[in-house]
Amino acid sequence: MSATATVPAGRTQTATATPEGPRKKNKGWLGLVAWLVGIAFFLPVAWMALTSFHSEEDAATNPPSFAAALTLDGYRDFFGAGGGASPWPALINSLVSSLGSTLLVLIVALPAAYALSIRPVKKWTDVLFFFLSTKMLPIVAGLLPIYLFAKNTGMLDNIWLLIILYTSMNLPIAVWMMQSFLAEVPVAIIEAAQIDGARLPTVLTRVVAPVAMPGIAATALICFIFSWNELLFARVLTGVVAQTAPVFLTGFITSQGLFLAKVCAASLVISLPVLAAGFAAQDKLVQGLSLGAVK
Amino acid sequence: MSAATTTTPVTTASGQPLTRPPSGKLRDWATRAPLLPALIFMVVVTQLPFVATLVISLFDWNALYPDARKFAWFANYGDVLSDPDLRKSVLTTVVLTVTVVLISVILGLALALLLDRKFRGRGFVRTLLIAPFLVVPVAAALLWKHVLYNPEYGLFNGLLHLVGGDGAPQPDWVSNTPLMAVEASLIWQWTPFMMLILLAGLQSRSPELIEAAKLDGAGSWQIFRYLTLPHLRRYLELGALLGSVYIVQNFDAVFTITSGGLGTANLPYTVYQSFYQAHENGLASAAGVLVVIGSIIIATFALRVVSSLFREEVGRA
Repeated sequence: MSATATVPAGRTQTATATPEGPRKKNKGWLGLVAWLVGIAFFLPVAWMALTSFHSEEDAATNPPSFAAALTLDGYRDFFGAGGGASPWPALINSLVSSLGSTLLVLIVALPAAYALSIRPVKKWTDVLFFFLSTKMLPIVAGLLPIYLFAKNTGMLDNIWLLIILYTSMNLPIAVWMMQSFLAEVPVAIIEAAQIDGARLPTVLTRVVAPVAMPGIAATALICFIFSWNELLFARVLTGVVAQTAPVFLTGFITSQGLFLAKVCAASLVISLPVLAAGFAAQDKLVQGLSLGAVK
Repeated sequence: MSAATTTTPVTTASGQPLTRPPSGKLRDWATRAPLLPALIFMVVVTQLPFVATLVISLFDWNALYPDARKFAWFANYGDVLSDPDLRKSVLTTVVLTVTVVLISVILGLALALLLDRKFRGRGFVRTLLIAPFLVVPVAAALLWKHVLYNPEYGLFNGLLHLVGGDGAPQPDWVSNTPLMAVEASLIWQWTPFMMLILLAGLQSRSPELIEAAKLDGAGSWQIFRYLTLPHLRRYLELGALLGSVYIVQNFDAVFTITSGGLGTANLPYTVYQSFYQAHENGLASAAGVLVVIGSIIIATFALRVVSSLFREEVGRA
């Protein structure tokens, strides 16, 4: 952040040095535009949050009631007070499958990224492209055989199957991201560790991981978000036992306005882990999303 | 890459420090070994099912009549391509992807340029803008379907009512313009993603170069056209490609907002429907293979771009 802070300071200096009155005026005006657009984009989320605290009656009025009394009924209903299924098993399933697959991705991707970045294999770009190309293979291309396999082996509605599939979904991106983060680890310290007799697992956990920690964290964050959000696999391959939070949410698709506050409460609660993680780690998110292309 | 050749070198990799160089071949395997778990995992979990899909696509196979299963060569492909509904879903997929990616990239670029300037509360505005991307896709789709689009008490019609009084138009958004309804919700979710990538690109520009251009008398537009845009090219491409890969596959928004009705069924939804509801395994697989062919066309383009990006990187190192 410090680097970006110094740049505009330099800009204003030249702005005062050369007569650039109109541009200075422009700046304030564009800042206001940015605020307005930001608010417009956030409005649906804000409205969802407000509606979740309204009673069902106040939620379904036209024109909208901005000043209606606040209540926690929507949340009480969502968590099962008004009858209906409890969301807890689905939330726990989502947490287990997302964290489990993120951990598995890191365990498998770290050595691979290490091999690709620090000790390049011959034709290593081909290997990288293979990883990336699997990401271009749409989920629907293998869904039916996976479904048939799961059905015939009794793996249907099993959280482990989701963990494996989410791992395969995120592994290519993780390898791709981490190899560019690991490329920044100085080779000298790795060689020093090897001369001291450190083996691969030690090198990875004691030398490489601590240095590349921000990159690894960005990778983990993105894998977690994609797993938490996933619907198609979960919808087809789980039923009652291993149902995840997004699948639980699909139960609201046909529900009519009677449950507007409940729908909003449900959507907000289920988005909360991703919203919190994303807000807290904005810079990491940016770094990760540009797939390490930002140096 | 047979199992027999891999077992010995793996133990070499972890059993011996790399500084004591074994023979060339063993050394090669030692450097490759850490890659193998990831490679094998990806082949087993993604490539094998796809091969199975290819095989199934050649069978006439309805899951409700398993005994009537028979080899049908490419009949399923003929059916898929001649079925007007399926052909339409191909078109829908293309329109949906192109519209969403194009508009969200342009909006994202405008927003990134706005946020690249310093103004009061910039960090806060960025946080507001990221929110749509962080809402779980199903939740976002539900939000648009029920809370915003609903003709009787949705926010959009509520605001129209508020502004225009009792005589204000109260359109039924999803019924009147179903595809646009899906697109709008996706653009809302993906614009922040594009903005984030492009903002990262803008902030990696060299400030000295811009200062120099300014001193030489270049205007804002000239700086944008001849410095910023060329610098952003790879970020624009990266954003467009990642967006395309995800939106070609979009299932959540179509499934939630319209359930594929009113001409909004895209290929992923059609594949889902033909095996999950119609139990037509052969047809679904053929449609799935067609999705892959479409993706390969995008991917070929994508990989070419990424590899040129990559050469630049290697060249710099």
